[in-house]
Parts: sequence; structure tokens; C-alpha cells
Amino acid sequence: MATREELVDALAGFTLFGDLTRPQLTSVVHLMEEVLFAEGERVLRQGLTGSGFFVVLDGEASVVVDGTERAKLTRGDFFGEASILLGQPPIADVVALRPLQCLVLPGPQLEQFLINNPKVLYRMLQAQTRRLQSAQRFRS
Amino acid sequence: MGVSSRPFPPGAYPVVVIGSGPGGLQLSHALREVGIDHAVISQDPAPGGMFRRWPHFQRLLSWTKPHAPVERGTRAYERYDWNSLLTAKAAARALQPTFMDGSSYFPSRPEMEANLGAFAERAEVAVRYGCTWTGTRVEEDARGTSFVVETTDGAYRCRILVLAVGVAEPHVPDAPGIELAHHYGEVRPAESYADKRVFILGKQNSGFELASGLLPWARQIVLSSPSPTSLSVDTRSLVGVRARYLQPFEDHVLGGGVSVLDASIGSIERLPDGDLRVHLHRSDGAGELAIDADEVIAATGFTAPLLDLPELGCQVFGASRLPVQTPWWESATLPGVFFAGTLGQGARGLRKHGIPANSGAVHGARYNARVLAQRLAEERFGMGIHRPGIEPETLIEFLASEIAKAPELFHQRAYLTRVVTVDSTVGLKDDGVQPLAHALDAGGPDAIAVTLEADGSGAIYPVLYTRIAGAVNEHPLEPDPLLRYDTPEMRAALQGVVAPVLRASGISAT
Repeated sequence: MATREELVDALAGFTLFGDLTRPQLTSVVHLMEEVLFAEGERVLRQGLTGSGFFVVLDGEASVVVDGTERAKLTRGDFFGEASILLGQPPIADVVALRPLQCLVLPGPQLEQFLINNPKVLYRMLQAQTRRLQSAQRFRS
Repeated sequence: MGVSSRPFPPGAYPVVVIGSGPGGLQLSHALREVGIDHAVISQDPAPGGMFRRWPHFQRLLSWTKPHAPVERGTRAYERYDWNSLLTAKAAARALQPTFMDGSSYFPSRPEMEANLGAFAERAEVAVRYGCTWTGTRVEEDARGTSFVVETTDGAYRCRILVLAVGVAEPHVPDAPGIELAHHYGEVRPAESYADKRVFILGKQNSGFELASGLLPWARQIVLSSPSPTSLSVDTRSLVGVRARYLQPFEDHVLGGGVSVLDASIGSIERLPDGDLRVHLHRSDGAGELAIDADEVIAATGFTAPLLDLPELGCQVFGASRLPVQTPWWESATLPGVFFAGTLGQGARGLRKHGIPANSGAVHGARYNARVLAQRLAEERFGMGIHRPGIEPETLIEFLASEIAKAPELFHQRAYLTRVVTVDSTVGLKDDGVQPLAHALDAGGPDAIAVTLEADGSGAIYPVLYTRIAGAVNEHPLEPDPLLRYDTPEMRAALQGVVAPVLRASGISAT
């Protein structure tokens, strides 16, 4: 468990939130909810609607598609945004490999959150573009 | 054993329950109904828990409708009565409406306290009152882990410890001068704030409850927290400030003198003339604010009073320091310790569309308690719980009836589910009410799980989950604006979802 100040410090170190002022970071921490998943717990469920947007504060999670691990997520990574932006269920499970501490924003709040924080939107776009580029390299 | 005597002297018990609020009373009664011997201890002198003190301004947030479309005392009536505890005893069912005077469908605090006191008496929930939990030890022996619960009356030993002590420890944020504020828990009678400038730190229900109560008294009211106010009528859920506390917000938007700010606390200082000055950082980055006030109240929430359990390995999370739990309300890091009442919020469930379960309120926690008692009976005490078979031709009727009437599914949407298992040799079996997270994640035989859900659009609709050969699929059904789910159309939709599950096991429903 972390204090609000510690959470603000943590977010300030993540690229996604690196452009926000301290009062803006405080507001983000207040808006999002801190959650802790036990080892083995499912955070995101492939094919099921209604999930949220997660930012990993600590721990490690596995991205699993149809039972096969495709990636690992650690501190500073974020997930869940693609299914919310597309209005579709997640295409992967995310499972905590060890205790996983996250900040979570409910799916229905993500659009307004990004509109209110365009610098986070820009950083998210950068990250998605990098992921796309890396996937294209992998294919070619 | 009379409930007014001091039962449960220190000693060894299979289960020890701590707490005598609605969570502790409901769990104790549910344990008794399934036949699990246990002791209940409480530091309070009488039943009621937090409702012996709060809410300050005397009415609850959860309603009870004395006159409902269904008969009082039936299972279906529980949908309309959010405050009575559950029992098979007719004389102790649906007690809350019998204590209401018709002036509001939100019971007053004393009416709720009377309801809980009457339940403890009529359902014969025995509690050792005036017995304070002071510390805990974990001991290992050949049979496994046991807990030694130290109290002011002596030591209790048990293998299963259930905490129902509420989320009741005042929480104040770190800020220079915060000691000049007083917490929600220390608020005085409203008239003592007459003609004062009141600054309220926090914009959740407790902050707005205070502001509502102080509207006729305070000269000026300012509420502040870093993020914008969320309103339940906007989120179309119980997330956000409830409608009955909205008056200060309307006063704010109409310029009546109440101010609602999005700003974080910097510091509080006492000025030479005795006034308090609150320094704030505006969330929009537009700079600093300084507000002078006579009183600063921290309506900044509460934390779980878990005493020494975190040091023993019980991991906690979030602003309320809730224990991390399995879907069955057991500590994920200190097995053998379970949680009832509002502490059960730590078992978050799926939180689909951002909508939490109602485990923080009586109308959610009361069902969790019953499910937990049955789970303990089956898993820890090897006691058989009757799981009746269902004839295939009655399955649709069974599911339609649960969707239309089951209070567990209505109040704990996307959190509790009714599960029917499907087996080619045994047939169909009602596997009872379970946490949805367990039903989806634990695997198991082919099954159909039914629940109600909401997505924040205002609709409340049935959702079925099917599991065939381990693969889980979600089937949301069409919402009905009048919640009419006991209809031919619903039965046809159910038929379409369950038919493949039955077919996979070679079961015919005709």
C-alpha cells in the first residue's frame, strides 16, 4: 500500500504521465483507484466485456492469448486501453505472476480522461505507434 | 443462552467472529443456520456497529420501501428492503420497515439501530459485548495454522478468524497543519457550526452529507478535493455522490454561496487572529488558492482497523487499507482469516464497467455473508450443503425466476451469480450462489451462470455465462426498461443460450 504522495511520485516517473504537473498528477491519482491483485489472479479476461484501463505500479503480469503467453508487463506498463477504445472485449487475459499493484480507471471514464489530459493521450499514441512498429518489424 | 448474558468465554472455538455491526450479526446468523459452531466478540456494548454513531445527520443512504410490489417478508421483497438482515426465521425477517414512521424511505440512524438490535434479539445472535480485540498471534502445529486472538477478556484460539470490524478508522491525508482539521468522525451537532465558515476536505458522500446538514447553519461552505465531483445520477450507479446529498452542489452551481473546488490540499495554518487558512493547489494547474475558514473538517474517509494483522502478513491496498482477498473473502496472503461486512469490499470482483459490488453496504454484504458461511461449511467443515437437481424441462423457468426475483443477483450485480452445473450422467444441479469471479476463473464442469449486470447506461440486464469444455462465453441479454424479465421473450432468449450447453452433454430439454 502506498500513500497518495508515493503514488504521485511513481506516476511522475512513468513516460505516460511524464508531462503532467504535480497538481495534475495528484488529480490523476485521486481519480484512479489503487488495486492489488494476488499471484495467479486474472486482471483482464479475454472475451469478457466491461474491463478497465490499468497502469502497473509494481509486480509482474503475463499477457495470455488462448492459453499462450505473449508478453510480460511490469512497472510503468499500461494495458486495457485497446478494448475500451475499440468498444470490444479484450483479446487477451492478463494474469498476475506475483502480487500486482496497479492504478485502474473504469472503462467508461477513459475517453473523458484522455480528453482532459491531452498530453497523456499523446504519450499513449506514441506508445501504441511503437507497439505497431515493433509488430510490423516482427512480421517483415 | 440469553443474548443479554456474556456468552463465549475465552477459549478454543472452531471459528471466532469479531464485530457486532450488520456484517458480524449476519455472518454469525448464517454460520448458525449452516450449523458451524463459533464465538462472536465485540468491543461495543450493544449491536449496531457504525450505525450506533453514524451517519451524523441521522438518515441512511440506503432505502427500505415499506410498500413494495411484492409481499413483505418474501425473498423477492429483499430487492426493495436494503437494510434488513437475512434469516429463515419468519419472526426476524424484513424487520426494517416495522421500525419506520413513514416520513422517509431512508431509515433514520436510530431506526436502523433498532432494526439491528431487534434482529440480534429475534434471530438469537449471541455476542460477547464489551470484549475488545487487542492483538493476534499465528501458531503452527501438526494440524495447520491457528490464530490466538488476544482480548481484554482473555485469549481465544481458532483455526478460522472472521473480521467484521468495519472500515471505521478515521483517515486523514498527510499535509502540514492537518492537525488543525477535525475528522468526519468528530463532527459536532450542526447548530455548533452556526454562522461559521466551514471548509470540508473531501467531495464524496460523507463530505456532501456534512455540507447538506450544515446548509441551514454555516455562513459559508467550501468543499474541495483534487478530482471533479462524481454524481450517482451521472454514473447511473452507486458510484458518486448520492442524489439526496446533491443540494450543496445545486447551491454551488446556482451561486448560492457554497463552493465546490477541484484542488488538492497544500497546508493549513492558524492566523494570528485565530482564523484558519487553507492553502490549495488547483487541479487545472491555474495556480494556488487560499481560503480562510473557522472550521476545517476532513471528510477524507476511513481505513480498515486491522490492528496487527498486516504485520502478520495480511496485505492491504488502497486508500481504505482494505485487505487483499480471494473471491471467497479470505485474505489472499494470510489464509484462514476471512472478512465480512464492509471489509468484504476487498474482494473486488470483476468491477465490470467500473461499477463496484455493494459489499460496502448492508444490502450487498448480507448476501456475501450467507455465501461465505456455506463455503466454510462445505470446504472447511466437510458439511454437505443440499444442492438440488433440476429437471431439464424446468431449467428455463428456474433461470427466468432467478433473473426476475433473486435479490442476490439484483443487489450484487456482476459479483454474485447463480450457477447450474451440467453433467451428462448426473444431469443438472443447482450449485448455489457463488462469487462470479470464482465461477469464471476456477474452471470446472460445464455450467451456466446467471447474473444481472449494469454498464453505466442506466440499463440493468441479465447476463449468462456458459462454460463448455472449459471455454467460458458471455451472453448479455436485452435490457427491459421496466425490468420485466419473467416474460416469454426472456424465456426464448434463455433457451437460445442454454441449448448448446445441454446439447454438449447430450441432455434434452424437451
